[in-house]
Amino acid sequence: MRYIGRRLVHAMLLLVAISFFSFALLQIAPGDFFDAMRLNPQISAQTVNGIRSQYGLDRPFPERYARWMRSLVAGQLGFSLAYNSPVGPLLRARARNTLLLTGTATLLAWLLALPIGIWTAAKKGKLGDRIAGLATSTLLTIPDILLFLALLLLAVRTGWFPAGGMISSGGEDLGAWSRIKDVAFHLVLPALGLAVVMLPVLVRHIRSAMIDVLEAPFLRAARGHGIPHQRLLWRYALPVAANPLISLFGFSIATLLSASVLVEVILSWPGLGPLLVEAILARDVYVVVGVVMLSSIFLVAGNLVADMLLFAADPRIRVE
Amino acid sequence: MTHRHKLWAALILLAGIHAIILFAGFFAPYDYAAQDREMPFAPPGRIEFFDASGELHIHPYVSIPRAADSPPDVAESAANPYHVYRVRFFVRGDSYKIAGLFPSRLHFFGVEAPRRAYLLGTDGFGRDQLSRFLYGGQISLLAGVLAAALCVSLGIFIGAISGFYGGWIDDLLMRGGELFLALPWLYLLFAVRAALPLHIAGWQVFLLLVCVIGAVGWARPARLIRGVVLSAKERKFVVAARGFGASDLYLLRRHVLPQTYGIVLTQMALLIPAYVLAEVTLTFLGLGVTEPMPSWGSLLSSLQQYYVLSSYWWMFLPALLLIPVFLAYYTAADALQERWKSVSL
Repeated sequence: MRYIGRRLVHAMLLLVAISFFSFALLQIAPGDFFDAMRLNPQISAQTVNGIRSQYGLDRPFPERYARWMRSLVAGQLGFSLAYNSPVGPLLRARARNTLLLTGTATLLAWLLALPIGIWTAAKKGKLGDRIAGLATSTLLTIPDILLFLALLLLAVRTGWFPAGGMISSGGEDLGAWSRIKDVAFHLVLPALGLAVVMLPVLVRHIRSAMIDVLEAPFLRAARGHGIPHQRLLWRYALPVAANPLISLFGFSIATLLSASVLVEVILSWPGLGPLLVEAILARDVYVVVGVVMLSSIFLVAGNLVADMLLFAADPRIRVE
Repeated sequence: MTHRHKLWAALILLAGIHAIILFAGFFAPYDYAAQDREMPFAPPGRIEFFDASGELHIHPYVSIPRAADSPPDVAESAANPYHVYRVRFFVRGDSYKIAGLFPSRLHFFGVEAPRRAYLLGTDGFGRDQLSRFLYGGQISLLAGVLAAALCVSLGIFIGAISGFYGGWIDDLLMRGGELFLALPWLYLLFAVRAALPLHIAGWQVFLLLVCVIGAVGWARPARLIRGVVLSAKERKFVVAARGFGASDLYLLRRHVLPQTYGIVLTQMALLIPAYVLAEVTLTFLGLGVTEPMPSWGSLLSSLQQYYVLSSYWWMFLPALLLIPVFLAYYTAADALQERWKSVSL
């Protein structure tokens, strides 16, 4: 329990530090949302300053930070000037979409990577392993932006999949079941793209972790006892190899979140990515801070989950 | 031995790619901003070694579809929808500067002067995609190399101080680094980019991008270098040198930092493609270098429009040329990693 407690405190401290860092960074940014308004000769400088003070933009930095922290606790995360609404509710819908996408992609990637990784480890050095190794290193060298654009090209040229968006036009009027089907249909390409980005790294790590274990004496003994090959791999070797893989799960979330920004923009999935890019271009500071905060919360939470899984899986950590 | 061959192969490929990009003016048939208003979205020309009568030539021909709206010879173009031009080597064309220094007009290949041939087609303004790819590489690769150099130097500086002095300096620097590692990389990049002015021109944006990308990534190399420095400073000959009264600076320069050589090289080989990609991504999203400056990112960003992808698929071709570049870098990084692993064993 002390282990988890320590992890929690560490995560909280990290998040506070990140919040201060990202808030401070964006407060020193030159120019603000009202720059375009200032250029308009029909709006007097007084009016602009009036609006600025109405939103509290003319207060000193510590006060603004304190106010922002207060609204963060209340779930508001400041106020979006471009959308004219609190940031919190704005982010909620977007975050849900991003989580749906990244969750599906993670599931897909691990479901694909586990059998491939285990199979190549069992076939180490054979033809199948070599082909798989070549395939993973080829996939690794293809930049993810290219991959996503290729998916878009596929969707546009063949028409097999919707070329972006999350629901078809008029999809809101459908019944619950057909709506789920519609969203799932739109989810295929972006989730596939993200999964393919993660796949080679996962396969490589699973393979090397399994190879380390497969050489262990206890497995040779188990084989000698006549335990079937498949059972040996999945029930005996995999749990022992699980440790580095659980840590990998924590690490892979960072890659996943970064890649999801791109896939969301390219395949116009209405997640956090497009919101972030729009907010940067519009100088909508609180939305930028909000999205950055949220992404780091996802990452920290993912790492915490990985830590807890590790705690559950490995008795050595519990003793320590 | 094999990783040695791999390393050499990757290095030769890299040298070739960089030479072509460096001398983009020579290898590109046209200027990156030269527009051909008659030929927007021209499809790529086919290279042929046989002429109309089926005779083989050493000089290749390039056949270009006729512009749809060239009325004078409608009948003729219906019979033969392609222009066939003879490709000539070492022709004179648009003026450029060799590696940005010496003016020249010599190009590697081209067709007879008023005609133009586009091997990868043209973009919406009728600009040659191949030329834009080559010139764009100058911006993108330079950004990647400079940003990686900046990042690794920051990493060496911070990692060396952190590992060599230890104590509260070490704690402070490494906790600070954790802050950078705790944010998803692209979000962090965006946050820093968002803190800087949006609309500035030309080279300023470029330098800004280099600084942003380089400054954001220092934490990982710093950690790795700190690790090496920590073990290096305990080596006997370093302790002995210290016993002889060598100063900290001397120790770092002569004994400790040379041991980080392998890590630094590997990190460079890994970071350069990553940072080229970072520049490409930022520019792709409209946060990087702006028109008319070509970069690989702006080349890709035209693909975001559906009509481009649906009607002009060949706009995707230059994107495919990126793959060998990344392949070369990753292979080099892989080989370097293996090499230094086997040295330390």
